Amino acid sequence: MDKFVQLQDVGMAFDTRQGRFVALRNVNLDIREGEFLALIGHSGCGKSTVLNLIAGLLRPSAGVLLCHNREIAGPGPDRGVVFQNHSLLPWLSCYGNVYLAVERVFGAKENRSMLKQRTHDALAMVGLSHASHKRPHEISGGMKQRVGIARALAMQPKVLLLDEPFGALDALTRAHLQDELLRIVAQTRTTTVMVTHDVDEAVLLSDRIVMMTNGPAATVGEILAIGLPRPRERLALASDPAYHAARNVVMDFLYRREIRQAA
Amino acid sequence: MSTHALSTPLAEDPPRRKPRRPAAPRLQTLDGLPPGPGRFNRSLHWLAFHGLPPLLGLALFMLGWQLLSLHNTSLPGPATTWAAAVELFADPFYDNGPNDQGIGWNILHSLARVGIGFGLAALVGIPAGFIIGRFAFIGRMAAPIISLLRPVSPLAWLPIGLLVFKAAGPASIWVIFISSIWPMVLNTAAGVAQVPQDYLNVARVLKLPEAKVFTRILFPAVLPHMITGIRLAIGVAWLVIVAAEMLTGGVGLGFWVWDEWNNLNVAHILIAIFVVGIVGLLLEQALVLLARRFEY
Repeated sequence: MDKFVQLQDVGMAFDTRQGRFVALRNVNLDIREGEFLALIGHSGCGKSTVLNLIAGLLRPSAGVLLCHNREIAGPGPDRGVVFQNHSLLPWLSCYGNVYLAVERVFGAKENRSMLKQRTHDALAMVGLSHASHKRPHEISGGMKQRVGIARALAMQPKVLLLDEPFGALDALTRAHLQDELLRIVAQTRTTTVMVTHDVDEAVLLSDRIVMMTNGPAATVGEILAIGLPRPRERLALASDPAYHAARNVVMDFLYRREIRQAA
Repeated sequence: MSTHALSTPLAEDPPRRKPRRPAAPRLQTLDGLPPGPGRFNRSLHWLAFHGLPPLLGLALFMLGWQLLSLHNTSLPGPATTWAAAVELFADPFYDNGPNDQGIGWNILHSLARVGIGFGLAALVGIPAGFIIGRFAFIGRMAAPIISLLRPVSPLAWLPIGLLVFKAAGPASIWVIFISSIWPMVLNTAAGVAQVPQDYLNVARVLKLPEAKVFTRILFPAVLPHMITGIRLAIGVAWLVIVAAEMLTGGVGLGFWVWDEWNNLNVAHILIAIFVVGIVGLLLEQALVLLARRFEY
């Protein structure tokens, strides 16, 4: 299937105390099955809004969103979300957090031991088997984000939505988790949409980069296909001219065409 | 090489029940570092900085009390009060008719009134708090009523209780009920309103049914706030019971204080003050322990 997720003329306006604020206008985007798509733009350009619209957490003010040719009418477990601030439930262990999602999605047709197995598998995939009994406050920020990814992937979603998942992490942890994500996505072939403001992250991970214009009333500015072969290797790419060319295109868009006015 | 000291066996499966507390990390011994202070020295140090100050404070308090009692002869000193207390607690559960019962009965009667009034308040207040916090419209409806009634002194409700129930016992329970309900309503409501949107978004993405949203997300998220409310409510209830019983009579610490005032038995009044303080402290500590159990 070519057009897995479709955004048709999507507009989004918020009613604030100061009046109507138009965040997005005329967003048109087709996301292919199995593709890794990055949404990049300056802060406030509405890229997280696009993600929340696909997740169904927000309803568009105009236009239509389709997933699998069906209109997105609300959130659902077929679109797993990894939130920016991990959003783990602090009273549940890592295992409990993942199990909650697994039980909800597969509880109706699978027995307990199968659900347990799924939970273990999801935690093993992100390398956290040893910490499964720990509570979120007992583990590091990077580990929390991994549990968030495990929780989203354990639901076997059609689309994985990542909202700046590594934004709050230090550079080394971020690089490590990017590599993990590359491996996991290659393994599961999940369609993925990731919001980021990190150019290197976008080029390293994605098949296409969607560059958003500045808000208010932001829209899709340009789409860049990243033809770099997979599996990708961070160190090898550092000296790859194609990598740098792609990086320069995005940089040029962000820092020349859509230069952010000093706030 | 000290890697062996760091390697802990990795649990393959999480235990069915989560361990209450993570195992303490094994202490690493490094050659070349001087040994720290010995166990004896460390406990001595701890005692000097944590055990000593409270004792010193109590000793000063006793000294002040003793000096005051020397100055004013109608006030019994610590020694006299202690002797009276020993005598009193030698037989806590005697029963010589409704006006003369042991201190144990008085404490239990007061606790029972607080328990019933507080229990009813929890039964009404906590669900009310959930509703007020979850539905903004109802919250705004309740806001003027709560802000109007909450600052009212609990004892002002006593005549209403006497009027409605036509008996002293239910009236004092009613006073406990009305004074301890507000902290529970307000804290529960604040807790519900403060449940982070992120948690609710998790529920939305998972499409959890409403019952599960409550048991898995709303209730655990609100629990610490709720326990704070319960703690404040118990504190208020215990404060108010003495005053209410002074007015209504019957068996109870408040009535006992008033009775001993009429007998001019000041030592017993002082004992009553200590008993009220200690019972209040124990109630508070019990709830602090309960709260710690549900901390995350």
